Amino acid sequence: MTLPDDYLKYPKRGYGMDHDRYKWSILQKRPKITWPNGARIALWVVPALEFFPLNQPAQPFKAPGGMVTPYPDLRHYTLRDYGNRVGVFRVFGLLDKLGIKASVAVNSKIAQRYPLLIEEINARGWELIANGVDMGKLHYGGQDEAAEKALVQEALRVLREASGQPVTGWLSPAKSQSDNTLDLVAAEGISYVCDWINDDMPYEMSTKHGAIHSMPHAFEIDDQTIMGNYHHSEQQFVDQVCDQFDVLYRETETQGGRIMALTIHPWMSGQPHRIKFLEAALSHIMGHDGVWSATGAEILASFKGQA
Amino acid sequence: MQKEDPGLYDYWPYKDRPKLEWPNGARVALWVAPNIEFYELDPPSNPKRTPWPRPTPAILPYAQRDYGNRAGHWRMMEVMDRCGVRGSVSLNVALCEHHPELIEECVKRDWEFYSHGIYNTRYCYDMDEGQERAIIEDAIATVKKHTGQMIAGWLAPALTHTERTMDLLAEYGLLYTCDLFCDDQPQPVNVKDGRFISIPYSLEMNDIIVYNVNAQAPRRYADMLKANFDQLYAEGAESGTVMCIPLHAYAVGQPHRIQPFAEALEYITGHDDVWVTTGREIAQWYLEHHYDAAAADIAKYQGA
Repeated sequence: MTLPDDYLKYPKRGYGMDHDRYKWSILQKRPKITWPNGARIALWVVPALEFFPLNQPAQPFKAPGGMVTPYPDLRHYTLRDYGNRVGVFRVFGLLDKLGIKASVAVNSKIAQRYPLLIEEINARGWELIANGVDMGKLHYGGQDEAAEKALVQEALRVLREASGQPVTGWLSPAKSQSDNTLDLVAAEGISYVCDWINDDMPYEMSTKHGAIHSMPHAFEIDDQTIMGNYHHSEQQFVDQVCDQFDVLYRETETQGGRIMALTIHPWMSGQPHRIKFLEAALSHIMGHDGVWSATGAEILASFKGQA
Repeated sequence: MQKEDPGLYDYWPYKDRPKLEWPNGARVALWVAPNIEFYELDPPSNPKRTPWPRPTPAILPYAQRDYGNRAGHWRMMEVMDRCGVRGSVSLNVALCEHHPELIEECVKRDWEFYSHGIYNTRYCYDMDEGQERAIIEDAIATVKKHTGQMIAGWLAPALTHTERTMDLLAEYGLLYTCDLFCDDQPQPVNVKDGRFISIPYSLEMNDIIVYNVNAQAPRRYADMLKANFDQLYAEGAESGTVMCIPLHAYAVGQPHRIQPFAEALEYITGHDDVWVTTGREIAQWYLEHHYDAAAADIAKYQGA
């Protein structure tokens, strides 16, 4: 058996990317960005409020963190729901204590099931980012476009009604998109997406409904990645967050303002034995001069004002 | 028919080998091998391997790798500059066309380029001889055009091989393969015609294997690099050794990983008897000074 000759044809082999969603660009060659009041780092903290349904389908795969054992998997259902009942209050309380503003990524199902959590976000003047309907409803390649459009519209309608916020940020469950996702969310008034993890700064993405931006939502130093996937210790999580911050902070001496993004899963970091480690990491960051704690929408507005 | 043994090299015990001497009496030949890669968003399917774990577009793993070219490469390159290390680039050669600015920066620094296939999402499994020749010729021509260099080395794209790969590489005049992980010193490779060698390219010290496959933390990786070096440096007092550090800018070039790595590289290059070099230079030195003695020594163990 041999490969077809087409296997050695490379139709997209040429300058730039192999798709039209964004332009090739080197981070260190771009114009410097200045944050308000001369801040060096824009700190973008993004807690995630997720609903993992007990009957989570594998369509086309199960979002990481979801159900594992045969139905009814009370084990993983309740471990995740812990975040929305208990962990979230530890995390929000810690952010209050340190004077940190957040953009909270929320499944619309959370707004319907636990409306109190939307009040908690609004009472603090924080931003709400749409995180789709729930962790069992993924956006994916090959998905029927009308079905995906309905998911986007449902998530945004519910979250906008519940919060009264414009909701201009979008995070796809499991950072999974179809070829249509960017066009569909742009059509519904989204101005930035959090799914692409290829940069440390915002950059422009093209859609059928005009340009939107990619924001550098954290994945590599996400608590779920480090303590969940890699099984690193809590102290190793702190080390990596602090090392990340220190390098970005140092780079601002020559490269202009940077963004330090941190994703927090209350079902992970909100556990009693972990919260003090999250506090240590965030305290390290807040102990520096020139840290601007801001929402994604505020950071993007400042960025777009200079681009 | 599948074979029990690849037949590419003969058993050659580490003890009692002819002494390996590096230039200026160095104990360890250190080479750092950044993999500069391009993964396609929508690659063709291959019967033996699915490129992405999620349906196309698999934007999460695609963007994770794209980070290396957009952001991580510069950080990694600055650390190497500071330590006086020239890279030996394991290159998906289509990157010359996609991102020529990165190639120019490496050329400016007199880095070496060798082939890691066309794209990291095109696999050699089931290629016929004509197809395999085509990708070797493509790699030679593309690297020549963009850097002026004739490639000397080969790391199979995404570590995918055929049984004839090594014979073809030797026929086209390449000097070394990075695909054999069975030694800490170079060794002759059995090919149909000519002389061809393997030089150590350590998967154990490969950043992706350590961080993403073995799930180790950045500071642990730095400790592993130092320990690997210390042992090879000690043994190098008796006979020269090779330390290879294979890198991926999308992994080591992350802000939370670069500083511990920088400290490890500073530690290693801070030693006196280290030959900081490239894959090509190691291969050339070995072929000129050690190949014949090695081949004769290996022959002693065969068919006794």
